[in-house]
Amino acid sequence: MSEEYSVEIVNPEKSFLSKNDVTEVVVPAFEGEIGILKDHISIISFLKPGIIKIFSKSGEESFYVNDGIIEFKDNNLSILTSLILNLKDIDKEKISVIQKSAEEELNKSDINDQEKYLLDQKLEVLKSIN
Amino acid sequence: MASLDDLKKRISSVKSTQKITKAMKMVAAAKLRRAQESAEKGRPYSDKMNNIILNLSNSISDIDNAPKLLSGTGEDKVHLCVVMTSDRGLCGGFNTNIIKKAKLYFQKILDGGKTLKIITVGTKGYDQLKRLYGDNIIERISFKESKNINYFDADKVGKIVIEKFEKKEFDVCAIFYNQFKNVITQIPQEQQIIPLKTSEKDENSSEDNYEFEPEEDEILSNLLPKNISTQIFKAMLENSASEQGSRMSAMDNATRNAGEMVDKLTIEYNRSRQAAITKELIEIISGAESL
Repeated sequence: MSEEYSVEIVNPEKSFLSKNDVTEVVVPAFEGEIGILKDHISIISFLKPGIIKIFSKSGEESFYVNDGIIEFKDNNLSILTSLILNLKDIDKEKISVIQKSAEEELNKSDINDQEKYLLDQKLEVLKSIN
Repeated sequence: MASLDDLKKRISSVKSTQKITKAMKMVAAAKLRRAQESAEKGRPYSDKMNNIILNLSNSISDIDNAPKLLSGTGEDKVHLCVVMTSDRGLCGGFNTNIIKKAKLYFQKILDGGKTLKIITVGTKGYDQLKRLYGDNIIERISFKESKNINYFDADKVGKIVIEKFEKKEFDVCAIFYNQFKNVITQIPQEQQIIPLKTSEKDENSSEDNYEFEPEEDEILSNLLPKNISTQIFKAMLENSASEQGSRMSAMDNATRNAGEMVDKLTIEYNRSRQAAITKELIEIISGAESL
């Protein structure tokens, strides 16, 4: 039996990526990373800023996501996200811009704990990329 | 009757107008293709989002504790209408159709003794609404500067709407836009986004048992604000495709009308030229005869 399933990543502008031969996807879910293998139970969860890792026959790919929702059902994984960047051809400058705006946001006084947590996460990930 | 010179001038002015409308039609056609493409590409996102929310709201057992964005405030007093129009004119009935639809809705609300608040997106809508509903317009947004429609613009509008909802400034929110069907037909739409209408229940989704992490209501309260931005983004994409389509057919008509006008004027020009020649001939002949 094959161990592969399909994944589709969509952002508002277009369908970003679609693959049929993935064996495992690791997503940065809100309460910690989740690795999804074939025949996982149906799950809906949302993402915090972090790295999505996709393992397939053709190799491993990593993407940075800002936020998102994932839905896994019948061996189909859908990832909806507003901002996604491929780590392979990432633009250092763009990362710096995002990092800066996140830092500014963090310095505002009127943010709540959850937002602060997400921003901290975001900065941490961005720093690790750069 | 106009003199030959006047006719000549009119013909050349109509011809140059025709050139402009033709060029505008071609530009609109090129833009339409792109707008249509991005509208189609944007559909999977909003469809999937809708699907997930449907699945989620089906599995929420305690409807009283559901997030307010889903179930509403329980009241129906203040309506917020987001009217989405274009920033540019010369696109046929595009803006007028949205405004017409919106005005019907406004009338219904005002007749029912409810309060009306309006946010206009796009300058043309503001121009058309400010005379009648100037006092009701609480915000006007325009994305004239951004070249392409992007999600972050939609997100801005979404955030404004949510912020106002959290401050309890309105109970019900509806958006107005044109849905793109084809180049000739655009259907003005009225869509209620708060509270969310989940009337179309997917039959095969009801049996699914999802695992949720974190809990349903927490996911839902995170998802719903995003959904509002997504719906607005979808409306913006549909709108821009509709705008270009509408402009294209309007400019096509204008070009054709200009062509007809040139033909008519040319005939008139030729006739009066012939009349002038005949008149001159008669004068010469009768002058020769009298000698």
